[in-house]
Amino acid sequence: MSEEASTGFAIHPMDQFVVKPLFGGDHIAWYTVTNVTMWMAIAVLVIAALLMLGTRRRAIVPSRSQSVAELLYGFIHNMVEEVTGHEGVKYFPYVMTLFLFILFSNLLGLLPMSFTTTSHVAVTVVLALMVFLGVTILGFVKNGIGFLGMFWVTSAPLAIRPILALIEIISYFVRPVSHSIRLAGNLMAGHAVIKVIAGFATLVVASPVVIGAVTALYGLEMLVAVVQAYVFTILTCVYLRDAVGGAHH
Amino acid sequence: MATEAHDAAAATHGAADAGHAVGMPQLDFSTWPNQIFWLLVTLVAIYFILTRVALPRISAVLAERRGTITNDLAAAEELKQKATEAEAAYNEALATARVEAGKIVAAARAEIEADLAKATAKADADIDAKAAVSEQRIAEIRAGALESVTEVAKDTAKELIAALGGKADARSITAAVSARLKG
Repeated sequence: MSEEASTGFAIHPMDQFVVKPLFGGDHIAWYTVTNVTMWMAIAVLVIAALLMLGTRRRAIVPSRSQSVAELLYGFIHNMVEEVTGHEGVKYFPYVMTLFLFILFSNLLGLLPMSFTTTSHVAVTVVLALMVFLGVTILGFVKNGIGFLGMFWVTSAPLAIRPILALIEIISYFVRPVSHSIRLAGNLMAGHAVIKVIAGFATLVVASPVVIGAVTALYGLEMLVAVVQAYVFTILTCVYLRDAVGGAHH
Repeated sequence: MATEAHDAAAATHGAADAGHAVGMPQLDFSTWPNQIFWLLVTLVAIYFILTRVALPRISAVLAERRGTITNDLAAAEELKQKATEAEAAYNEALATARVEAGKIVAAARAEIEADLAKATAKADADIDAKAAVSEQRIAEIRAGALESVTEVAKDTAKELIAALGGKADARSITAAVSARLKG
């Protein structure tokens, strides 16, 4: 601390990710109200405000907020329908829930002083595992043991099919890992980089460059926030297709 | 139990709570149950907001709009058809009216011309008659004047002769006056 004070730098890029109890105390039990709770609640409120208050007039000619709500609805609905086919549309509410939670958590995380819930592996791992387990269970329920046929590539020569099956199985189990780490990693890295660069703003010489760099990075992070929500959702749809569309790949 | 294990973990990571982050807070597993619990609560909340209110409402609005647009397009098509029909009817009426107007104008012109010709003929006849009467009267007046001149001349001649002490018979005076008048 004293060393930092003497150099004038106080860069703690990881501080923003610390989970803290909201009402004092050191102990974090599973039920403790923390900054995680607060920012997730804010995300819920924002989603409710947009999708419930925004559409409360049910206007034929939509207001701005209703337009945004309809746009989000149409965007995800089309995605689910195009990727998973007609059979997958009944899982649209689940996909929409995931998409809205990730999108609004990412965007709220870009507010100064905020806490980014989706930058935590704990959160993204649960999201990815929900998709992984959901898709796997659904696949077995819908296709029975035939779901395993997905790993047996019948279009390949018989000799290399076992090898391909091994690769397919490994890639199947890697899915939740890549699915979750991609989201958390992107957000954590972006936010940490912004913090590190912003820390250099105390240097008078560097500050104009720092301000420009932080502005540019902020724009980039806005893009990342939306794109990562989109990527997570479309991958969910792609995985869902395996279960719904049967083992014909 | 599990909670106690987390307590222990939290204790080892006490530094994170006290001040700055130690390493990656993401890998502080003592906070995982907390995050996972609140995440599940959040997802359930969002799911209920979506399925109970938002999604049915938005899909209803979209369906209603699609219906309205389809109806409006049909109505517009119908109105367009009607407008075309009305225009045709209007054009037809206009053409008929024009022909009618032409006929009326022609009839009126013919009538006026006939009247005019009749009036002109009558006026000509009147003028002719009046001219004839006038000429007759002029001839009469001229004849009367000529006679009077002869009379006055005879009388004057007789008086002159008488004043000069002459004596003349009426026939010779008349002959002389007539000869003078002719000359």
